[in-house]
Amino acid sequence: MFRSDYDSDISIWSPQGRIHQIEYAMEAVKQGSASVGLKSKTHAVVAAVKRASSELGSNQQKVFRIDDHLAISMSGLTADGRVLTKYLRNECLNHKFVYEQPMPVSKLVVQLADKSQVHTQQSGRRPYGVGLLVIGYDENGPHLYETSPSGNYYDYKAQAIGNRFQSARTYLEKTYETFDDATPEELIRHSLLALRETVQTSSSSSSSTPNEGITSKNAVVAIVGRDQKLTIYENEELIPFLAGIETSGAAAGENTATSMEE
Amino acid sequence: MQTVEPVLACAPLPNVKEQGRFSPYTNNGGTVIAVAGKDFCVIAGDTRMSEGYSITSRNVSKVIQLTSKCVLASSGMQADIATLHKLLLIRLEQYKHQNGREMSTTSIAQLLGNTLYGKRFFPYYTFNVLGGVDDKGVGCAYSYDAVGSFERTPYSSSGTGQQLVQPLLDNQVAKKHQPNVLKVDVSAKEVEEFVRDAMTSAGERDIYTGDHVEVKTVTANGVVHQRFDLKFD
Repeated sequence: MFRSDYDSDISIWSPQGRIHQIEYAMEAVKQGSASVGLKSKTHAVVAAVKRASSELGSNQQKVFRIDDHLAISMSGLTADGRVLTKYLRNECLNHKFVYEQPMPVSKLVVQLADKSQVHTQQSGRRPYGVGLLVIGYDENGPHLYETSPSGNYYDYKAQAIGNRFQSARTYLEKTYETFDDATPEELIRHSLLALRETVQTSSSSSSSTPNEGITSKNAVVAIVGRDQKLTIYENEELIPFLAGIETSGAAAGENTATSMEE
Repeated sequence: MQTVEPVLACAPLPNVKEQGRFSPYTNNGGTVIAVAGKDFCVIAGDTRMSEGYSITSRNVSKVIQLTSKCVLASSGMQADIATLHKLLLIRLEQYKHQNGREMSTTSIAQLLGNTLYGKRFFPYYTFNVLGGVDDKGVGCAYSYDAVGSFERTPYSSSGTGQQLVQPLLDNQVAKKHQPNVLKVDVSAKEVEEFVRDAMTSAGERDIYTGDHVEVKTVTANGVVHQRFDLKFD
């Protein structure tokens, strides 16, 4: 990312037809800790890394329940994410009150995207600095969407955002063709394996504090689907799932293909 | 001291009846009961909805489960009942989002009172009876008026059958006017059977109570739902 003469305000186009402020906002998402999402024909799963500011601090909450059938994971400015969470929850409740049925996931995502767009076209307002992975289940089946500060939204089979998202995406690209028919447990397993790719694993030559990869303290998983109300697993509840993905040796990219066949 | 009579702008004209004003309220009838025990509460409500001397439905619910430990039953105007129930559910969801847990029964009791008073000058035409278990697992029941005045009581009834049911509750649950009878702890099953009798009695003499009865029993382990028939006349 370079500084430019045309990036001082959201309302300024560059000669190349870009609005740099929006792109800078999207950078903020890449700086946040990773989130991974995937779906099958019947369920959708999201997993995230809960970064801690220091050893003394608690881990930042990343996955939020929006409704019984909807959850989000955020990467980027989590304060912005919190505010959006409030908005999404309210919209779902309003919809349920008026229509007496759960809010369709796509409708909510479009509303959020439209809200985000407003902040890209008004001077004096800045874009939201957070990207969301939205998972949900409604009468059209399971959904996974990505929203971005630009006001765009994307429908995905599998996606990763945040820090080192490319590592997770590589894993997902290798394995996504098996997701459609995967069981919920397999989906969670894939999400954790993909997530692990984004966290540096410990090595003998690492610096002062060796990283233990993803643990029950710094990871969280949420799943929703047919006959499954939204369930969020963290801390102790996550331990059985983490045990399930333990493989001896490092979780390098080449190993993941083979570990999947086990 | 002279009393001042209110003065009309003009004298009322003879032989001219004042136009019937539109009334936003109607009473759709029905009876609701709550009886609290040591560690449980039984809440019941009939399912008949009436308008004047007609029955508009034999199967409309007046009883709603708000949390795993709290049930609300309301009589009065069905439109206001339905809206009040919907609104409370939303408030409880918001509480769950903000506090990470369900609202306690005592807090819900306060919330309902506040919600009703919020419309002090255009009230919800609802006569509510709240039942459940409190934080300590002790059974509790609350009675309300239309504008939010409420009180925790061992038992309560509301609706068109209230005047038939309440004296029965006074005598049998609180053993009032029975000088030599000891009050003993009763089980949930005994209370359920007694409540069934109370609703049946109300259904006998109150024309607006009948069809079916929904009974919900709240304990620390959750809510059990039951249903039985009354007379359809």
